[in-house]
Amino acid sequence: MLHFPVLRWGKAYESLEKDTVVHFATGEPICEVSQANGGLIERDMRKARRARDLLLEFSIEELIEKLKKAGDLFTDGEVPVGDSGVQTPEDFVKAQSASTGLPEHMCRKNMAKNAFVLQNLDKILDALTRGLDMELVSRGYGTDAAGRKLSYQAQTPVLGMVLPSNSPGVHTLWMPVIPLQIGLVLKPGPQEPWTPFRMAEAMFQAGIPRETIGVYPGGPDAGAAVLNACQRSMIFGGQPTIDRYAGDPRVQAHGPGYTKILFGEDQIDNWEQHIDMMVDSVLVNSGRSCINCSGIWVPRHGKAIADALAQRLGPVAPLPPDNDDAALAAFTVPGVAKAVSDTIDNDLNVPGVEEMTAKYRDGDRFIEEERCSYLRPTVVYCESAEPPIAKKEFMFPFVTVVECPQEKMLDTIGQTLVGTIISDDEKFRRDCIEATHIDRLNLGPIPTIQLDWLQPHEGNIIEFLYKGRALQVAE
Amino acid sequence: MSDAYSISPEVEAKAAEAREKLDAQVREIVEWHFNPETGSPFWLEYAEKLDFDPRKDVKTFDDLNMFPMFEDDWLRGGPVRRWLPKGLADKPVYVFETGGSTGIPKSRIACEDFRIDYELFSDTLSEEHFPKGANWLMLGPSGPRRLRLAVEHLAQHRGGISFCVDLDPRWVIKLIKKGWMDHLHAYKDHVIDQAVSILKAGHDIQCMFTTPKLLESLCEKIDLGDTNLKGIFSGGTEFTPQWYRFAVEELLEGVFMTPTYGNTLMGLAASRPFTKEDNYKITYHAPQPRAALRVVDFDDPTKEVGYGETGRVMLTTLTKEFFVPRFLERDEGERETPHEKYPWDGVSGVRPFHGFASSVVEGVY
Repeated sequence: MLHFPVLRWGKAYESLEKDTVVHFATGEPICEVSQANGGLIERDMRKARRARDLLLEFSIEELIEKLKKAGDLFTDGEVPVGDSGVQTPEDFVKAQSASTGLPEHMCRKNMAKNAFVLQNLDKILDALTRGLDMELVSRGYGTDAAGRKLSYQAQTPVLGMVLPSNSPGVHTLWMPVIPLQIGLVLKPGPQEPWTPFRMAEAMFQAGIPRETIGVYPGGPDAGAAVLNACQRSMIFGGQPTIDRYAGDPRVQAHGPGYTKILFGEDQIDNWEQHIDMMVDSVLVNSGRSCINCSGIWVPRHGKAIADALAQRLGPVAPLPPDNDDAALAAFTVPGVAKAVSDTIDNDLNVPGVEEMTAKYRDGDRFIEEERCSYLRPTVVYCESAEPPIAKKEFMFPFVTVVECPQEKMLDTIGQTLVGTIISDDEKFRRDCIEATHIDRLNLGPIPTIQLDWLQPHEGNIIEFLYKGRALQVAE
Repeated sequence: MSDAYSISPEVEAKAAEAREKLDAQVREIVEWHFNPETGSPFWLEYAEKLDFDPRKDVKTFDDLNMFPMFEDDWLRGGPVRRWLPKGLADKPVYVFETGGSTGIPKSRIACEDFRIDYELFSDTLSEEHFPKGANWLMLGPSGPRRLRLAVEHLAQHRGGISFCVDLDPRWVIKLIKKGWMDHLHAYKDHVIDQAVSILKAGHDIQCMFTTPKLLESLCEKIDLGDTNLKGIFSGGTEFTPQWYRFAVEELLEGVFMTPTYGNTLMGLAASRPFTKEDNYKITYHAPQPRAALRVVDFDDPTKEVGYGETGRVMLTTLTKEFFVPRFLERDEGERETPHEKYPWDGVSGVRPFHGFASSVVEGVY
């Protein structure tokens, strides 16, 4: 069976503890993954500085070129996999789908998304640094075109990534790190070892030194060790994870997005023009991303909008993962889907709340199969923002349509990762621009899942990894 | 059953002998705890509710299955003297606690048990790695726990003196639950700094007890090769084969370390000898006949699983100070065959019971 060793700064290490990754539908073992213990990771982090030193031997432009090559290898190449053999792109897609429950066409799409970022790193870094000369970043100080003295200091030799299993698209977040001359410490999600290992091998094949990347699969102990030992880390989790690391400058926690579409008074009567945009925002990637819409806030027509969405989303049913029309990903962790469905049912027992999808669905929301389960899309109408379900988010195509006067919307919506604003009301648009609880703002009918890669996502990674500071050189 | 689980005739004979001793211990301890002259108020009162007479009907270890499962909640709250056998009424009594991060901790009384348990454990330690007369460092939880007094007695029993650095695991668990990671790291540094100071202070400390997490933290601050340490004993469910291998290959720098498994309710289970070639497989054997471990079916704890099979660890403690029949530990593991050195069943692969592993904070200190 395929075995993934721990990669200790690129060097394979077979652990005495291995996790078996199984096919979500058949239970058939797909691969074994060596598990790193926390102490081993902390021990290795003593050599983190070496990763940055090696990357500093290349210019940022050279690293960007190597990563473009890595992007080609990742999408089209035969890349070494585990401790023996090679993996074609199609092997990768099938394996990732088999362990995560994500339909194969969605895996291909996420693969293309990662490759796109690698192919465009020069533009992305240029945008994220606002046109800064990368040589200045690499050297640590310099003078910009206007003659201003600038200095940027790396805050860590490596970035730790405690990765999730549920959405392979999140890997785009760490793609710019190597060109920034910062090493990578990846802790893959238990069901998704595929992207971190394939990407690391593609980078090695493209000429990135093996000693600059560590891949450390493991349990919670391993995740804690990455966060503890790296000066800068990203972690993906639920709201408790976000709350736990709130205010910790060393950790950027990514979790639920509570992404929303807001209609203004002036445009709400035209809602029918935007139904495709709303459906896409809810359904794409099986509703698993933090940028999927979980709330549509409207001053009126809430029930009609919810009904129209339900007519489109209600009939969506599970299909085999190799079917290009498959829109739903399976829940592979036992008990999760049932618990989510029960929570929703409980939340529906409140006045002013109605599930609109039930009548357009042939059967229950919760579908249990032998080794996995599915949740069919669910649209809930809320006649006000009061019911607890109004602001909830779940990891499947789920959306509430909430009636709320425009003047109260921004005070009520809560934290919002992506806000798409359908309004030409200049004051409302201005208020949305000022609203600090909206992270990414789309003015106009842009699907929430449509990202502009040249703009920062949940904090600029440059600002997370580098700090502007004063540096003077004697004449 | 594979060859790995076959038992030689010699070990079989020793196992039969050990079983007779265990049955004899059961008779003696049950008689003591249920005799109105010597028994504890708890068990004497409990016996009135039973539909059998323990003194007459319990003759062998298997007969203990007549008792319902021991519930650990019985150990929470007072009066603690209800556990003290009348036969020991004139003895000085200690109370040791376990748990207690939130709510009322479990407590047990002890007079001499902890000393006897650690003297028995002392017999398993080699002179080469734990020299007689050597000084010790006890780096771990003390406070209401048994460990500090027990390790100190072990050191004294072997002719040495034990230094102690305390760690309060209840505070550590609170820090983790509150997410106060800065405080957690500061507290860890505070504990490790004290240990480093003592190890460097010229006390010729050659032996140490510590936990896996603390050993890792200690090795971040000091190279063990630069100390006088020769032997370490450690334990807990974090003491996995992989962790042991990591410690041997990357932390210990030649210092010997032996795994142990124990808690306040039991004595100290020693590990059978093993080598790198066994993939660092750790097998524990309880200090029979004073305590016995069984690996039982998850759904039916009256049934033992087969050798090599996985089940829940069930403990029975059989001393004059404390009788605990059929207590389901919060751990699971694989049942192992008797060994020449420990001719009774053992348990390997000890890890948190999967039924509630996610709700338990493990390996925090």
